[in-house]
Amino acid sequence: MSPAPIRAAFAQAFREAWAGGAGVLLPASFFAGAAMLVPFAVGSDSDQLAAIGGGVLWVALALASLVTMERLFQADLEDGALDLWVQADVPMSAIAAAKVAAHWLVSGLPLALLSPLLGLMLQMEPDRLPPAMLAYGIGGLAFFLWGAFGAALSATVRRGGLLIALIALPFYVPTAIFGAMSLQAEVPMPLIETLFLSAATLFSMAVAPFGIAAALRLATD
Amino acid sequence: MNDENLISANGLGMIRGARVLFGEVSLFAKPGEAIVLRGSNGAGKTTLLRILAGLTQPAAGDVTRAAEVHWLGHRDGLKPHESPVEHLSLWARAWGGGATDPVIERMGLTRPKDVPAALLSAGQRRRTALGRLLLVDRPVWLLDEPFSALDTNGRDLLLELIAGHRASGGAVIAAIHGEAGFTASREVVL
Repeated sequence: MSPAPIRAAFAQAFREAWAGGAGVLLPASFFAGAAMLVPFAVGSDSDQLAAIGGGVLWVALALASLVTMERLFQADLEDGALDLWVQADVPMSAIAAAKVAAHWLVSGLPLALLSPLLGLMLQMEPDRLPPAMLAYGIGGLAFFLWGAFGAALSATVRRGGLLIALIALPFYVPTAIFGAMSLQAEVPMPLIETLFLSAATLFSMAVAPFGIAAALRLATD
Repeated sequence: MNDENLISANGLGMIRGARVLFGEVSLFAKPGEAIVLRGSNGAGKTTLLRILAGLTQPAAGDVTRAAEVHWLGHRDGLKPHESPVEHLSLWARAWGGGATDPVIERMGLTRPKDVPAALLSAGQRRRTALGRLLLVDRPVWLLDEPFSALDTNGRDLLLELIAGHRASGGAVIAAIHGEAGFTASREVVL
């Protein structure tokens, strides 16, 4: 098995996500906008904001990860590129993983990098921001993998955005739980919670690409 | 030239919804042969080609592929921002093919080679898609309405490509409306 098709799939998905700039800006503005509304909605009391800030960002991250998901595989299905990828000489799961990785790099990583700024705005303690950023990065990857699974399953459905959310959100729960626990612990970056958070992401990395591949085969059938 | 089947299908049947699309379709293609699929709109020509390509599972029957296949559907597979050069070099890398410049030239895409697909005409996109056939040598070409959107030059060009492919021991199975423009070895009517 040659890695060339996987690299090509990554390159194509990266360019696709980057084209027009919406791949970066849309989720990032959604993430920032959702976080920004919170002080207006719950009041600007510092202690209250500090208590809920980390959790609010998890919710905002989960929703922002779904914003650009709908076109991820649907575009490939409609323009015929998916037929060509299904026929490439590598397992579809590897192609799927490469596509999700490229998509996460463009749309997901910027969200984690943006989180310290939003955390500051929500009165999180400054020394907690870097470990929180790492947690958002790890958890965000799981969100993108499960979101992509939902996107693959609903690729044949017109306006399937709602369906993606319905499919993906239950899979987000473990990451949300362990992610929130890692922020609420006594010390920044607690070992056990971070390990559980990472385990949830590793599980999604191990399972989601195969689920996506199976769903895409059904979509082309 | 040997006489082995490059691809053969036995007793293919397909169901769409509650209706039988086609049943008991058998065909084969040997080196140098061209099979033309005939049938009215909705008769299942595309579905049959997709089954032959391995993209769709048949409800009955089986397909034996002795050689690699090129699938060319009615959708061109180009991304809106992708230029012909980018598209062909991407698939050349993915499939382990050779240089794209000769293909660009052969397909008459020298002038629009750096234009994003969104700005290309339907015929230029079609030519780009057809260029994929030349990137890597695969003996069986499965073509779904390959002449659609092509101008007279493009039509002649594709006829040359098909003739060349048959002469070098390849086989072509194509769904075509109207006159084929080449001598078909056999016609399969759905």
